[in-house]
Amino acid sequence: MKFLRDTWLIFSSQIKLLLRQPTWVLIGVFQPVMYLLLFAPLLKPALSPLGVVSDAEVYRIFVPGLLVLLALFGGLFSGFSLIAELRSGVLERARVTPVSRLALMIGRSLRDVVTLVAQALIITLLSLALGMRVHLGNVLLAYLLLALLTLMMSSLSAGIALTVRSEEVLAPLMNTAFQPIFLLSGIMLPLVFAPRWLQRVADWNPFAWATDGTRALFAGDIYNDKIWQGLLIIVVLTVLSVVWAARKFATSVR
Amino acid sequence: MSDTALIQTRGLSKSFRSRDRKAAKEKKTIDAVRGIDLDVGEGETFGFLGPNGAGKTTTLRMLATLLTPDGGEATVAGADLRLRPADVRQRIGYVAQGGSTSEAWTAREELVLQAQLYGVSRAEAEKRTERALEAFQLAEYADRKIATYSGGQRRRVDIALGIIHQPKVVFLDEPTTGLDPQSRAHMWDEVRRLRAEGMTIFLTTHYLDEADALCDRLAIIDHGTIVAEGTPEDLKREISGDVLVLGLGAGAAEPAAAVLRGEPYVNRLEPIDDGSLRLFVDEGATAIPMVLRSVEAAGLSLSTVELHRPSLDDVFLTKTGRSLRES
Repeated sequence: MKFLRDTWLIFSSQIKLLLRQPTWVLIGVFQPVMYLLLFAPLLKPALSPLGVVSDAEVYRIFVPGLLVLLALFGGLFSGFSLIAELRSGVLERARVTPVSRLALMIGRSLRDVVTLVAQALIITLLSLALGMRVHLGNVLLAYLLLALLTLMMSSLSAGIALTVRSEEVLAPLMNTAFQPIFLLSGIMLPLVFAPRWLQRVADWNPFAWATDGTRALFAGDIYNDKIWQGLLIIVVLTVLSVVWAARKFATSVR
Repeated sequence: MSDTALIQTRGLSKSFRSRDRKAAKEKKTIDAVRGIDLDVGEGETFGFLGPNGAGKTTTLRMLATLLTPDGGEATVAGADLRLRPADVRQRIGYVAQGGSTSEAWTAREELVLQAQLYGVSRAEAEKRTERALEAFQLAEYADRKIATYSGGQRRRVDIALGIIHQPKVVFLDEPTTGLDPQSRAHMWDEVRRLRAEGMTIFLTTHYLDEADALCDRLAIIDHGTIVAEGTPEDLKREISGDVLVLGLGAGAAEPAAAVLRGEPYVNRLEPIDDGSLRLFVDEGATAIPMVLRSVEAAGLSLSTVELHRPSLDDVFLTKTGRSLRES
């Protein structure tokens, strides 16, 4: 099928480019690793109201948040490389070929997904070394959720990048728009500590649902409704943002 | 209208909504291309000439499926531009003005991927890449990152990318803008080579000598409409007579123009700068002594006189009232 072949061509060339500078993958995990090593230990007393007594339990609560954070920002910044491609004419050249427009976008977003999964693996392995215990099946399901989240952020970022067309606008826009979303997602600390009004606001934040779902998976709480709710919300939003960004790709590359 | 027309447009037009914030309230529209008719035959090198902002690139981008026309019809390489853009894309090559290469790749990688994007198998893509690298004299640097290439080398990669899928027609948007004279001459050779191989070439330029040197036929576009069309020779012949370029010394152009404007043998007069004038006359040889007399009678002195046959620049001047250089 043409679409699959096109997607593979775009994806594999993007991965090739990425592998040429693998340091970026590592730089991407540097900050989360620092949080894991230097911040997570502080959380034990803070999380004690939740019945947390061991480091392993701290990691089970903190690591899922970190992974959602990675997914959020990993996809978010893909718009910048897109603007560079827009400026160099690479994207326009691709648009004159009969290549599928959807493949142009999905191929790039899949690169972000692969990057995220590689980073999530590093963080997970490190956490296991630090004493965290999780079920493989649950972690794989959590990775699926994170992959969808990255796909959603990456396509959203691409769509926004194609709309604003300049790094100077994109950077402050992203930072401003996503700071409250990040704070309201319970990534650093579970929102159970939040006052009721803050929790009600956070109910509208899909990332809060994603964080809760990932956390439930890491906790092995497989019957927790938050898991399917989080997955459902993210699946729907991912489909919407991919469709929107693909349309942007087809029409807006001047 | 010929049977072998590879590009044919009728009333093709495009307007843009003003992006100016102040004007946004009025929703001002700019008619970039106002209904143009073109016929480009198979194997022809067709030049599209005009100043910046005349509508050249907009027309080209419409023909290359990058912009949707607002009005009119077009057939490119046998496919209807509106109804079958995917077929058009498969059959054309497009080389954008600003280049289209990524610095992180090598020329070989770019060419192989580009061929594959047209549905060519990897093995075939590699074979074609090898040939293209050879033909465009890029083999030596093929495995170096494009970041290390010179402007001329990058431009050759751009053109190689545009024809790697063996299109029927290739669009070159200002192929030599920004190149040094040597690279420019080199690029002319590449265009001539493509032409010799039978490819139909549609190029835009604002260099008249380029259009004159490369094109079988050309059209001049100004303010979104075609103001002249034909072979370079036809167009030059349209301006009857000769052109005189007078060198008068700084500041003397204005008073000399005032004197000469009334003379019966001067068909048209254009200042070039504050010290020189261009005159269109019926016969240069007899006009020179008369010009000399008039100028000296006015107390001015003539330092140089050039007599030449009309150039495309002169054509442009008479068709648009402006010189290409000042526009």
